[in-house]
Amino acid sequence: MLMLNLPALQVVLPLIAAPICLLLRRSDWAWLWATIVTWCCLGIAICLLSKVLSTGAISYPIGDWAAPIGIEYKIDLLSAFLLVIVSSIGAVVLPYAHASVSSEIPEARIYLFYTMYLLCLCGLLGIAVTGDAFNLFVFLEISSLSSYVLISMGRYRRSLTAAYRYLIMGTVGATFYIIGVGMMYMMTGTLNMSDLANRIPAVEDTRTIQVAIAFIVVGLSLKLAIFPLHMWLPNAYTFAPSVVTVFLAATATKVAVYALLRMIFTVFGGDPLFVIGEILMILSVAAMFVGSLVAIYQTNIKRMLAYSSIAQIGYMVLGISFITTTGLAGGIIHLFNHALVKGALFMAVGGMFFRIASVRLDDMAGIGKRIPITTGCFVVAGLGLIGVPLTAGFISKWYLVSAALEKDMWLIAVLILVSSLLAVIYIWRVVEVAYFRAPPKRAAVMSEPPLSMLIPLFILTGASIYFGIDASRTIDIAMAAANFLMTGVAQ
Amino acid sequence: MKSLRVMSKRRRREMQHKEVLRVCSKLLIPLIMLFALYVQFHGDFGPGGGFQAGVIFASAFILYALIFGVDVGMKVLSPGARRFFLAAGLLLYAGVGIVGMLLGGRYLNYSVLLQDPIAGQHLGILLIELGVGVTVAAAMITIFYVFANQDDSE
Repeated sequence: MLMLNLPALQVVLPLIAAPICLLLRRSDWAWLWATIVTWCCLGIAICLLSKVLSTGAISYPIGDWAAPIGIEYKIDLLSAFLLVIVSSIGAVVLPYAHASVSSEIPEARIYLFYTMYLLCLCGLLGIAVTGDAFNLFVFLEISSLSSYVLISMGRYRRSLTAAYRYLIMGTVGATFYIIGVGMMYMMTGTLNMSDLANRIPAVEDTRTIQVAIAFIVVGLSLKLAIFPLHMWLPNAYTFAPSVVTVFLAATATKVAVYALLRMIFTVFGGDPLFVIGEILMILSVAAMFVGSLVAIYQTNIKRMLAYSSIAQIGYMVLGISFITTTGLAGGIIHLFNHALVKGALFMAVGGMFFRIASVRLDDMAGIGKRIPITTGCFVVAGLGLIGVPLTAGFISKWYLVSAALEKDMWLIAVLILVSSLLAVIYIWRVVEVAYFRAPPKRAAVMSEPPLSMLIPLFILTGASIYFGIDASRTIDIAMAAANFLMTGVAQ
Repeated sequence: MKSLRVMSKRRRREMQHKEVLRVCSKLLIPLIMLFALYVQFHGDFGPGGGFQAGVIFASAFILYALIFGVDVGMKVLSPGARRFFLAAGLLLYAGVGIVGMLLGGRYLNYSVLLQDPIAGQHLGILLIELGVGVTVAAAMITIFYVFANQDDSE
């Protein structure tokens, strides 16, 4: 019974845990409860992935109402992979959260923080699980609304405006998405994704469907912060509490990329895909350069990494925009690798913030000698971001470059390499300040952040190296998922 | 902040003179609540359901707080109680789904709740909607109090 109901439990477990967390009130209990629940979620996700790998896609009708009428949860390789990414980040972040949250959020609100964290996790997992276009909207809203609250809990006054700005942009995105879904429903009379995929080809040339595609792609692009729709992201990441930045940077945009993949490949497929691909390619190359260039000039490390995220989202979308198996696999692998790398980077910055209470580059002078382990992890993860061989970033860039060469797009391949060099510059700026600038004279002796923060940091940094050396597992999954998505195109 | 408090005190004094409003609202509030319950429990036969019922139910509280003052209203339903109802509604909803799961159906399958599948569906939707109603009412009241009182305890 338990195995049969795993797809529902994956979402329902954090959903039930959130109100219980609200009733617990004591911050330590709330933290413990949230930690147990997220690790259980990770267990469920791993079970689901192994089940999908052995027996193929799982379909789960909610309430035993059969598919096109009822809501169907559908887990194929791509969604199972994403479930593992999201829930493992969610689980690894929580041990880290205990010390970090109690130093950044007032005691009386900590239990609310964990409640929102669980709800956000529930929404993100739900997006990956569902096979229903409207249900996806519901989960998108659950995750977005809770992430607005999480961001607004930051200790700066500007956290509120950052959250508000994200709220406005996010709501516009969700509205666009739902308008598109409404138009598809108008033409096909169904909301189930695989049913939509069967019915759309017959009405593909109508203006309604074309407009629907445009609304959905723009709406989801807002959520995944692709250049020029990225304006909400830098402030949201900069002014959120450290833990929230780690969690959102590693999961939220990735889930939006997944939703985009799901909609354009599984639901639309066919000819419109190539038009979308061309537009996305231009935007993603622009994102790679604008994001990296702006990152170079930042004086706040969190903001610098936020702009770098915009560039990295560019790489993921670039992979998608090739509309080839290799390109898609590159995009999917980068989605995974970037989650690890950016998670580790933001964790390291959170650790520095825990000690020096600042994220300004000038205040980082000599920090490499004061807390060498945390700074060391930052540098190692930074190498992964650049894409140095033997790090995770290298694998994904390798696939992206070979996808470009496969299509004889030499210019794109060169641009990928050049933009990677820009990453060297902004990571080097931190290295220079951290190691080669003398610490301030009056600087007190400082110890590393507590072990509860260091171990999650080690896990993510270690994973970013491990998956750079032995990437066969991730590549297999990403290739299989990409192949599966491409069959939707061939039809 | 301080001027807001003063304003509301003066406003309350003014309100004490408006006998018609006070008497009428006292007459109306039970009827509003009754109507909310009607919308709640009649939802599976006619227009209505948990969300609408919750909003109507909350409007009774909001009317009370508007007429008699927010702090008097707060005494009727303390922040702790509101928080409890917020969580309880969602737990009722999800719990019904889990019970269906334990009885051998999928999540949110109501047919297995009772011997007779149709009666089971009936009971299931009633409980689910009750959960929705409780949470929506608590959420609406909370939103009102937070805005009206700048309540820091939320």
